[in-house]
Amino acid sequence: MKLPSALSAPATRCVLAVAAAALVATGCSSGTPGKEGSTGSGTLVVGYTADPNTLDPWKATQFQAVHLLEQVYGTLTELDGDLNVKPGLAEKWQYADGNKTLTLTLRQGVKFHDGKPFSSADVKSSIERIQKPETAAVAAATVKSIQSVDAPDPQTVVLHLTAPDAGLLAGFATTNLAMLSKDDTSEAIGQKPNGTGAFTFGSRTAGQSVKLTANGDYWGGKPKVGGLEFRIIPDQTSVVAALQSGNVQFATLDDPLVAKSAEGSGLKVAKTPSLSYHVLQLNARKAPLDKLDVRLAISCAIDRKQVLDTAALGAGEVTGPITSPAYKSDPNARPCPTRDVAKAKQLLAGAGLANGVTIPAIVSQGEYATSVNEAQNLQAQLKEAGITLDLQTLESGAYVDKWVAADFTAAVALNGGRPDPDGMYGRYFTSTGNLNRVAGYSSPELDKLFAEGKATTDPAKRKEIYTQVSRHLEDNAAWVWLFSSYGYTATTQGVAGFTPMANGSLQNLRETSLQ
Amino acid sequence: MRSIARHPLLRRLVETVLTLFGVAVLVFTTLRAIPGDEITATLGTEAAGLSAEQQESLRAYYGLDKPLVLQFFSWLGNVLTGNLGFSRRAGATVGEMTANALPVTMELAVLATIVGLLIGVPLAMLSASRPNGVRDGFGQLVGLAALSVPNFLLGAALLTVISRYAHYNPNAQGFAHFTQDPLLNLQQMLFPALILGFGLAAPIMRTARSALLEVQTQDFVRTARGKGVAPWRLRVRHVLHNALNPIVTMTGIQFGYLLGGAVVVEQIFSVPGLGRQVLAGIQQKEYAVVQSTVLVIATTFVVVNLLTDLLYRVIDPRVRAA
Repeated sequence: MKLPSALSAPATRCVLAVAAAALVATGCSSGTPGKEGSTGSGTLVVGYTADPNTLDPWKATQFQAVHLLEQVYGTLTELDGDLNVKPGLAEKWQYADGNKTLTLTLRQGVKFHDGKPFSSADVKSSIERIQKPETAAVAAATVKSIQSVDAPDPQTVVLHLTAPDAGLLAGFATTNLAMLSKDDTSEAIGQKPNGTGAFTFGSRTAGQSVKLTANGDYWGGKPKVGGLEFRIIPDQTSVVAALQSGNVQFATLDDPLVAKSAEGSGLKVAKTPSLSYHVLQLNARKAPLDKLDVRLAISCAIDRKQVLDTAALGAGEVTGPITSPAYKSDPNARPCPTRDVAKAKQLLAGAGLANGVTIPAIVSQGEYATSVNEAQNLQAQLKEAGITLDLQTLESGAYVDKWVAADFTAAVALNGGRPDPDGMYGRYFTSTGNLNRVAGYSSPELDKLFAEGKATTDPAKRKEIYTQVSRHLEDNAAWVWLFSSYGYTATTQGVAGFTPMANGSLQNLRETSLQ
Repeated sequence: MRSIARHPLLRRLVETVLTLFGVAVLVFTTLRAIPGDEITATLGTEAAGLSAEQQESLRAYYGLDKPLVLQFFSWLGNVLTGNLGFSRRAGATVGEMTANALPVTMELAVLATIVGLLIGVPLAMLSASRPNGVRDGFGQLVGLAALSVPNFLLGAALLTVISRYAHYNPNAQGFAHFTQDPLLNLQQMLFPALILGFGLAAPIMRTARSALLEVQTQDFVRTARGKGVAPWRLRVRHVLHNALNPIVTMTGIQFGYLLGGAVVVEQIFSVPGLGRQVLAGIQQKEYAVVQSTVLVIATTFVVVNLLTDLLYRVIDPRVRAA
């Protein structure tokens, strides 16, 4: 080879030498087969699109953070596959005093990962800290009804409530109300989480992975895998590629298109109806949506099934307000069960807007896969009824900013659901709810119904009350509920025993085994 | 005294410091212009449920309650003392994160540049050897393809094909630094470097082709040919060597861009480089992370430019004399 000697300048020669070396190196390595499942024995690798943005369970709302922290922390109650409340750190409970006192009996022999025993003092300290404004706990409103906490002995906690709160036990099951050791501070657990959960926190490398180890002392029995690794692969298509190559064994997907491609390539894909719902939020405090007829016209002009089919490949179910299995709303129980453009036009005319009306709506770009498609379909359908949906497509940060400030007339949204209807909508649609400003609608009837729903613990009675709530919301077209989509769990063939949950929880990773 | 102030090196240094200060101001203000802050980025729509007191306490926690000017100068002061800030998302200092990410980005940029040169320069020589002929047409076509096929498409397609059919996906194995596992590291760098290098080959090829064509027509080449210099020796020793300056300039500029992070390719191939560090910082509205990382990138860019200038002197004795 004459090339290098032909060049005189030493720098150029050096560049070529490096190039040749690199070529040789990459050439060799491309022939080496990839190390299949490069982790130690029994570690389940979970593909994960972003770093958890906080390790503080009381502030965690991002999916990645919640999915991680629910492995590490324990809650007083838990939910079963049908989202019914079951014992967690509290083994049993008893209401007394007209449902205004709730006594919890704690599980014995539970330990934090640092070895300290879990007791009623930790529960008291956790609840009281969550209630303090300076903690800025996102679920503070859930425990608002707790006036005081007594810890008469290490195994007993007595909660004194300001008023009956039938949704409280289901509310406790969230990682946002995880039980922390009374000796831990927010700062400390932000660096090194210390919970009572099935996995202990191992290590993390920003942008790369978070590693957990099975907790041999876990009260529910040692997990079937030796550990979990949440491996960060930022792109969902790349997550699927990682599953296909066998380097990652478990992932959740939300884009129906990506799920479809995963299914077609030999991976196991399970779909679960989700509690979250796609909705056109209307702000009934802003003109022209302050007129009931205008809101009803919008509701009547939309075929929900068409939005679902065109925007989300039909992957989901048309839904009414309440999505939890035990209280599910009948999606046909609304003023126009089928699309009725003539009725919509008539309603508009009745509101003095026979010449049409323009409604600005915000849409997020990138917050979830189907948002813009949904918005465009809604726009097309409403146009036929003389309603112009003026879409403002925003980057997801800008969208969240406007949503949080309730600075919109209408919003195309995907909102999370909760197992208990009071937990799900009490905060939105009661006049004192902390999200009522964003909901844009409240009424004395609703306030009364929500209060009744909280006061009784009888499931049949509660079902009846929330059916009325649902009906009231639809009859007043508070929002236009569209559909609930599926959550997808993709795994390699060797993964067994995982049960997906409608609330998206990955708590059952502790039951999952790897062959 | 005046002669020192006029010294080119000193002038260059002052210019550099002013440029970097400008970058700092620009990044700081642009970031604040983006809607949202670390509170809404962390809590999402749940931030709407916070009470006024809760919000106040969070603003203090994230340091958002201080006046902007104070925020700027306290950050700048920290940077000057070597403290680049702390990322709550990563649970690490920006200094640690950058120390991890910068070598990764450097390695990827070097490998991609090598690939780009190895494709671009021979292709340009092939094209220039017979201008407007079939060879030239082929070279131009490859160059056009490299320029027009977007790297996100090429990257995603390549990754899917090798994972699905060859069950080979080094990039899903968890990133390994060169010092930890050189073999795995090079496998992980292979595809991103190829994709980036392919894209880089196009501008290099175009620049090199026109430079070669220009040099080819000069008198000394005709003289050399007349003297009976062998064709390949003529092309390499005489033509390519004299056409190197524009090629080095173009490569230097492209290399600088690569240091800014090949964000898209880093995302697809899960390479934890500087580009992803900035992107995650922007998404999380971690102002200190973005500001400090961009400043690091800008500094590296300036240094690379300086080195490119120095390289001219090595390649071309005429620059040295000037």
